[in-house]
Amino acid sequence: MNVAAMSGADSTFQRIKSDALTRVKDLYDGKAPVIMVGTATCGRAAGALEVLQAIKEEVVREHIDANVVEVGCMGHCYAEPLVVIAKPGNPPMSYGYVTPEIAQRLVKDYIVREDISLEFTLGALEESDTIPSIYDLPRFTYEKHFILKNCGHIDPENIDHYIARGGYEALDKALKMQPPEIWEVIKQSGLRGRGGAGFPTWQKWEVCRNAPGKPKYVICNGDEGDPGAFMDRAIMESDPHSVIEGMVITAYTVGARHGYIYVRAEYPLAVHRVEIALRQAHHLGLTGKRILGSDFNFDIKLFSGSGAFVCGEETALIASLEGKQGLPHHRPPFPAASGLNGKPTLINNVKTLAYVPRILGNGATWFSSIGTAGSKGTAVFALAGKVVNTGLTEVPMGTTLRQTIFDVGSGIPNGKRFKAVQIGGPSGGCLPESALDIPIDFDSLKDAGAMMGSGGMVVLDEDDCMVEIARYFLEFTQRESCGKCTMCRLGTKQMLEILGDITRGQGHIEDVDTLSEMAEDIKAGSLCGLGKTAPNPVLTTLKYFRDEYEAHIKERRCPALMCRDLIAYYILPEKCERSCDACVGTCTVEAISSNKKGIKVIDQEKCVKCNTCLEACPPQYNAVIKLSPPELVPAVKVKK
Amino acid sequence: MNAKKLSQGTLDDVPRAYSMTEEQEDIRQETRKVLRRFSRQRGNLVPILQKVQGRLGYIPREAMVEVAEFLRIPEMDVYSVVTFYNQFRLNPPGKHPVRVCLGTACHMKGGYIVLDAWKRRLSINQGETTPDREFDLDTVACVGCCAMAPVTVVDDKVEAKTSPTRVDGILLSYQIEKDKEGEETQ
Repeated sequence: MNVAAMSGADSTFQRIKSDALTRVKDLYDGKAPVIMVGTATCGRAAGALEVLQAIKEEVVREHIDANVVEVGCMGHCYAEPLVVIAKPGNPPMSYGYVTPEIAQRLVKDYIVREDISLEFTLGALEESDTIPSIYDLPRFTYEKHFILKNCGHIDPENIDHYIARGGYEALDKALKMQPPEIWEVIKQSGLRGRGGAGFPTWQKWEVCRNAPGKPKYVICNGDEGDPGAFMDRAIMESDPHSVIEGMVITAYTVGARHGYIYVRAEYPLAVHRVEIALRQAHHLGLTGKRILGSDFNFDIKLFSGSGAFVCGEETALIASLEGKQGLPHHRPPFPAASGLNGKPTLINNVKTLAYVPRILGNGATWFSSIGTAGSKGTAVFALAGKVVNTGLTEVPMGTTLRQTIFDVGSGIPNGKRFKAVQIGGPSGGCLPESALDIPIDFDSLKDAGAMMGSGGMVVLDEDDCMVEIARYFLEFTQRESCGKCTMCRLGTKQMLEILGDITRGQGHIEDVDTLSEMAEDIKAGSLCGLGKTAPNPVLTTLKYFRDEYEAHIKERRCPALMCRDLIAYYILPEKCERSCDACVGTCTVEAISSNKKGIKVIDQEKCVKCNTCLEACPPQYNAVIKLSPPELVPAVKVKK
Repeated sequence: MNAKKLSQGTLDDVPRAYSMTEEQEDIRQETRKVLRRFSRQRGNLVPILQKVQGRLGYIPREAMVEVAEFLRIPEMDVYSVVTFYNQFRLNPPGKHPVRVCLGTACHMKGGYIVLDAWKRRLSINQGETTPDREFDLDTVACVGCCAMAPVTVVDDKVEAKTSPTRVDGILLSYQIEKDKEGEETQ
């Protein structure tokens, strides 16, 4: 690249940046208040769109000059819908559990008057002497937001917001460097692929860079299929430009001409927002021909998947892009050498690509100074299940599971006891309490029998049956197995049937050994990651929770009172209140009736075990209980 | 499973408001409208099928034949792709699609109980449509709203923390809406 082109690139980006800053001036000049509403999928499920509507109406009604902005997910999914109000003179305030009524009050009380409404606030988003800050919460001792930096703070459908917060500066910098220099930075940073296996990113890039054949492709793998994981969705919905910027830099480094962002079909909002982001980036010349005035050309297309878990595997993903069934094939050749249409194809996960601009912008040492010896940087987890603070979190590698679940996640709700944490989705495993002090990094988790996976973390408490969770994951992998390898196709089916028998109380004690043997066979006899890791949930539960398997088999008892064939609902006559019929009214199948004394009785034949009566029974009586095995229920005559 | 899907996929199962040939012709017309916007590359197969389903709500046999002809590939290849991916439907959808999430978090918080409640109330199994074509029921692996578990997606709206009683509530609200529409048309 000659000097003239370099100075051209410089002025091009500076012009784009100053234009963007002019357009978003209103947001940052501190004159009018800014109201931000989180409208990612999780926020919407909690009613964020109704809140947004209420705020817009109230702003018009009160004749206020305020900017109402839709932003992505801040990660505090437990407190959705989330609203942030930045009023000049005060630090930005975040409000959680907002309803349309609360939203209207906030506009009236805080924006029109000066009442900051502390009763609804989660805290200020900046340190302040007078107002409690959200960063005083224990979770922020651990949290470090690298790739979630912009999530929840910018409008993902407006590229100007991203640029105003330093976006695309790394791309501008990259285009003035030589590709090997960028590659060296990524190598020094120690970045490993965030898709699950943790393969060193620089090695993959090197193979693709040196592979003969043109054109080369870069694919962003957004086929986040693990149930219980939603980090990639949140990033694509909240900060799509960070992924696009990472892709362009990657493509420049490996010499690719075309790119695809492969997004799961189940994420319609992510598809929508990535589409908008791609259009805006192209419009400003950040993708396409002669990017930022350089002589580098790269275009990106969006490809929406069609619902097949196995397509998260890179060779299957490529087959899907080629219009075929998503069947994986044997590696080598690796896609980096021969992939899409037989050309060198680099496939990286959403998070991996989102790290690239951050690393380039801040330097390799900034990234490698955080984390453990083998795993650098941060880990992004989706906390879900029986944990108080469900949502997204980003912590440095090396943070322990205990810190993540009990300090960041605030522990188990309703005073229940922790039982296990499921990490890595269907490919991962369940780790018990004794493993909680394991530091989170690629290698430690693998040694414990789980894996980092894409980052789903589902917390289980004493009410969750470990045999059932193993059966659940196997049911999933069995259904999603593409059917190519015999061991995976037939073996998972066999294992599933055995596990089904056990959860129905029809298991035999020798089944436990059969399960372990089959697990090893399936691992050995499968081509792709799906089959190789499918038995992990069974193996880890067998290792750590063998007593639960034995209780199901020997005593026909489910210790967690979860397996429906092994439990029965029963109303304790001595606790049941004669004048109350909360359960009778809510029973969805009319299985509950009152006897002569006014005590409620469940007709066991009609009961579908839907748990509604247990929830409906007022806490002062707590008369409904679950019994296992079901034979424990005393025989009573039911009035037909 | 494929054989079962195939038998459901034939037009014999489709309640006919007008003659078979007319409906077939209609499907072909609609499919051609979609095809006009694509080049004849195999890589376009999945996007084409997505657009066809977006227009028709499902992928009938006639549409598959049209697509195969357009891309110059065997009909069987189109069929194999349609049946491989979970998103594609071989039978016509209901007016309101009901998708029960059975992701890990939803399952552990009772997603299977919610699924049972839908089955009971709609009197259909997953993968089926109610006889009046109002609702169709299916499961989805994970919609990524794990923090709101268990969830059900009805008409693209994510219903958070669904329970059997909430299922009744949702159905009731649709019934009220339908009754209102009925009154207005009268």
